Amino acid sequence: MTQTDPPFTATMFQRRRVPGWAVNGALLGLVVVLWFIGKAFDKNLDPYYLDLLLHIGIAIILAVSLNLINGITGQFSLGHAGFMAVGAYVGGVILKHAAPQGAAVPVMFLGLMILGGLAAAAAGVLVGVPTLRLRGDYLAIATLGFGEIITVVLNQIESIGSYEVGGSAGLHNIPITTNFFWTFLAALICVVVVARLVYSQKGRPFFAVREDEIAAAAMGVDTTFYKVAAFVVGAFFAGVAGVLSATLSGNLDPAAFGFVRSIEIVMMVVLGGSGSITGSILAAAVLTLLPEWLRALESWRLVIYALLLILMMLLRPEGLLGNRELWWTRRRLLAVER
Amino acid sequence: MHIFLQQLINGLSIGAVYALIALGYTMVYGVLKLINFAHGDVYMVGAVLGYELARCMIGLAAPLYITLPIIFLGAMAGCAVLGFVIEFCCYRPLRHRPRLVALITAIGVSLLLENLFQNPHLFGAAPRNMPRLFDIKPIISIPAAGGAAPVTMSNLDLISLCLCFVLMIALSWFVLRTKMGLALRAVSFRVDTAALMGININWVISVTFMLGSALAAVAGVVDAMRYHVEPMMGLVQGIKAFVAAVLGGIGSIPGAVLGGLLMGLVETLLKGYLPGGYSGYSDAAAFFVLILVLLVRPTGLLGKPVAEKV
Repeated sequence: MTQTDPPFTATMFQRRRVPGWAVNGALLGLVVVLWFIGKAFDKNLDPYYLDLLLHIGIAIILAVSLNLINGITGQFSLGHAGFMAVGAYVGGVILKHAAPQGAAVPVMFLGLMILGGLAAAAAGVLVGVPTLRLRGDYLAIATLGFGEIITVVLNQIESIGSYEVGGSAGLHNIPITTNFFWTFLAALICVVVVARLVYSQKGRPFFAVREDEIAAAAMGVDTTFYKVAAFVVGAFFAGVAGVLSATLSGNLDPAAFGFVRSIEIVMMVVLGGSGSITGSILAAAVLTLLPEWLRALESWRLVIYALLLILMMLLRPEGLLGNRELWWTRRRLLAVER
Repeated sequence: MHIFLQQLINGLSIGAVYALIALGYTMVYGVLKLINFAHGDVYMVGAVLGYELARCMIGLAAPLYITLPIIFLGAMAGCAVLGFVIEFCCYRPLRHRPRLVALITAIGVSLLLENLFQNPHLFGAAPRNMPRLFDIKPIISIPAAGGAAPVTMSNLDLISLCLCFVLMIALSWFVLRTKMGLALRAVSFRVDTAALMGININWVISVTFMLGSALAAVAGVVDAMRYHVEPMMGLVQGIKAFVAAVLGGIGSIPGAVLGGLLMGLVETLLKGYLPGGYSGYSDAAAFFVLILVLLVRPTGLLGKPVAEKV
C-alpha cells in the first residue's frame, strides 16, 4: 500500500502549543547553563578537546547560516568563506591594533562580533543585490568569483593606514579572546534566529522561493527581497564565525578563506540535508570530527575522508536528514526533489 | 610595441592551455549540465602521468620525435580511462538526482584525487620538476627596431600553441562531421529526445568525459614542462579554466576556446601593464571580468540566451 502525504495545510507549520514565555525562558536558561559549562570546560577540559569543540561551534554557525541561503532559500552560494573572511579580518585587525585589557575584553569582543557580522552583512548586500538576478549555476559561479576576489585582495593589502592587515604573510599574534561560552552563545543565537525566521509565517516565502521562484513571484512574494534577506542574514553570521575563528587561533591566512573553505561549508549543508537546520548542526559536527577520527590512518586519512564523502553522496544523496528536522517530524516541508 | 607583442604571444600560449581545460568543462556541462569540479584534478593527473612517462623515457634515450608523442598519447589515454571511471562510478548513479548532489560528488572526487596523489606512497605533496626532454629556448625571434630586446617565442610556446590548435580543429571535425559528434550535439540539445531517437546516451556521455579528460591531459603535460608537477596544481588552473568556459558561454565549444584565449591574454596583459605594486591584483581582475560578464550577459560571449519556461 502506498502511503500518501497528508494534505499540505497551515497546521503543518504550527508548533504544539508551548507558550512563548516557556520557550524564551528555556533558551535563557540554556544561556546560563552554557556559561557554567564554559567556565568548567575552560578550566578542566583537555585543550585539544576544547579546541575541537570550539571548531565545531564555528562550523555550526557557518553551516546553519549557509543553509539559510543554500538549502532553505535555494540560492546556491559558493562564496561563504568570503563573508567569513570579511568578519575575520575586521575582528582580527581591530583586536591586533587595540588589544583590550581586563574587564574591557568581553565588551569589546561582543562589539567586535557584531561589527564583524555587520561588515560581512554589508558585503552580503554588495554581492547579493547585483548577483541575485542570476540563477542556479551562474549564481554559484558569481559568488565563487566574489570569494576569490576577497582572498586575492586580502593577499595584496599589507596595511590600511596604521592598521596592520598582513598581506600574503597573514596576520599573526591576534589576542586570543574566544572561549567556549562566546562560541556556543553565537551558535545558539544563529540557530535560534534562523529557525525562528524560517519556521514562522514571515519565513514561508523563503521556502517558496526555493521550490519555485516563478510561482512564488506570481503569488505576490517579493522574491528579490527574500533572496537578499537570506544573503544578508547568512553573511552576518558568517562574519560572526569569522571573528570567532580569528581569535581562536590568533592567526589569519588569506589562503584559508578560499574556494576550498567555501566548499567545506557547502558539504556540511548538503551532507546534513539541504534545508534541515538540525541536519546542518549534525553534519558540521561530523565533518569536523571525521578527520580527527581518521587520524590513525595517517597519510591515508584524507583519502579515506574523500572516499567516505563520495560513498555518502552515492548511498544517501538527500543528506543525513534529508529535508526533515531531527525531532519535528510533523513539520516536514514539501519533500519535493528538485 | 614589442613588449605588447611579447605579452600577446605569452598570453596566447597560456590561454591555449586554459582553452584545452575549458573544453572539458564546457562539453560535460553541455551534455550533463554538471560543473565537473574534478576536471582540474584530471588535468593534474595528466601532468603526473606525463612526468612519470618522461622519467621512464629519459632512460631509454630515444629521439625526441618518439618520446614526445609517447608522453602525450600515454597521458591522454590514462586520463581518458580516468574520466570514464569517474563518470561510470560517481556521476552515472546520480544522474537522476538533484544537480547539487552530483556537484558535491564531483567535489568529493576532486578531493580524492588531490589527497591520493599527495600521499607520499604515491607521489607526495612536494612539487617536482619534469625531466628535461629538450631545452626550452626561443626559436622564433623578431628583431625589434632601435636595439630593443627582440620579440621571441620559445619552442614550448610553439608546441603548446600548435598542439592546442590541432586538437581544437580535430575536435571540431569530430563534433561537426562524425556520427558520434552529431549524437553528442543531440544529447546536449535535449537528452530524452535524443534517447528516443536511438542514441545510446550512456556511451555518448562516457565519450564526452573521455574526450574532455584527454584534452586536459595534454594541457597538464604542457604545463608540467612549463612549470612543475604537484598534486594541487589543478585547483587554481581548474578554476581559471572554468571561468574561461563561462566567459565564452558554458556549453559552447567555440566559446571555451575564445574564453580560454581571452583569459590568458587578459591575465598576461594585466600582469605586464598594471603598475608595480598592483600586478598581484591581476588574478582578482579575471574574476571581476567574470562577474561583469555574468551580470551583463549571463550566458557568456557565445552562449545562446535561453528563454525561461514556466
